[in-house]
Amino acid sequence: MTRTDNGFSATRRLVLQGAGAVALVGLGNLPFGLTQAFAANDKYPEEAFKQKTEADAIKSLYGRTAEASDKVKMDAPEIAENGAVVPVSVSTTLADVTSISFLVAENPVALVASYKIPAGTMPNVANRIKMAKTSNVIVVVEAGGKLYSATKEVKVTVGGCGG
Amino acid sequence: MASTIRVRATSSGETTEVQALIQHPMDSGFIKDSKGELIPPHFIQQLTFEYNGKPVFVADWGGGVSKDPYVKFAFKGGKKGDELKVSWVDNKGATDTTTAKIQ
Repeated sequence: MTRTDNGFSATRRLVLQGAGAVALVGLGNLPFGLTQAFAANDKYPEEAFKQKTEADAIKSLYGRTAEASDKVKMDAPEIAENGAVVPVSVSTTLADVTSISFLVAENPVALVASYKIPAGTMPNVANRIKMAKTSNVIVVVEAGGKLYSATKEVKVTVGGCGG
Repeated sequence: MASTIRVRATSSGETTEVQALIQHPMDSGFIKDSKGELIPPHFIQQLTFEYNGKPVFVADWGGGVSKDPYVKFAFKGGKKGDELKVSWVDNKGATDTTTAKIQ
């Protein structure tokens, strides 16, 4: 009798663990709440930096998709002579910005940089990124729990990622 | 060893503008050397700026950030003479830290 009880509870535990694992795997696709809480901590988003496409990287990082917005202003050159050093900056008039990310669609790893913007820090960032070849550069701004993006094509004459 | 981090933090009264330049190879892992062998990835993963013990800016970087990376941002507050702490950690676990006086 006791043996069957143990057997039963062990199975039940296994099933529960399985369900837990599935829930964890599914987290990346959850649109609300939970992912936001995860995005707020200071952990390095290892998985997002492994994604090859910009859509997968944004999904991995934020758990949802971004909509284009003219309130996100990107400053990037039309033509970059040296793909190894492309100056890109962004500013926005959106309120409650919590993070800003830079992606290059044609790079082997789409996500280049992701910045956490705590309250009190201005939603303006300038940095220098590498581009393998001519590509769309995408900036994603997280503001008030929503994602906004701006896209600009930058022509690269000498690539900076393939050698 | 001299610090790999050069920071300039300038207060305008209301806000403090921060510019940082770091010496780091930022190897993406996709580039081959002269022998045709891939140079293994070696890049800064996280760069943190702290003021008054609180992070004012955190950068998560991949191998797509340019060699000897540069970043510029600004935050509200920050008084002349106060200290700004800057630190980074790379994918091999190496770190560096410095403090800069706000000017």
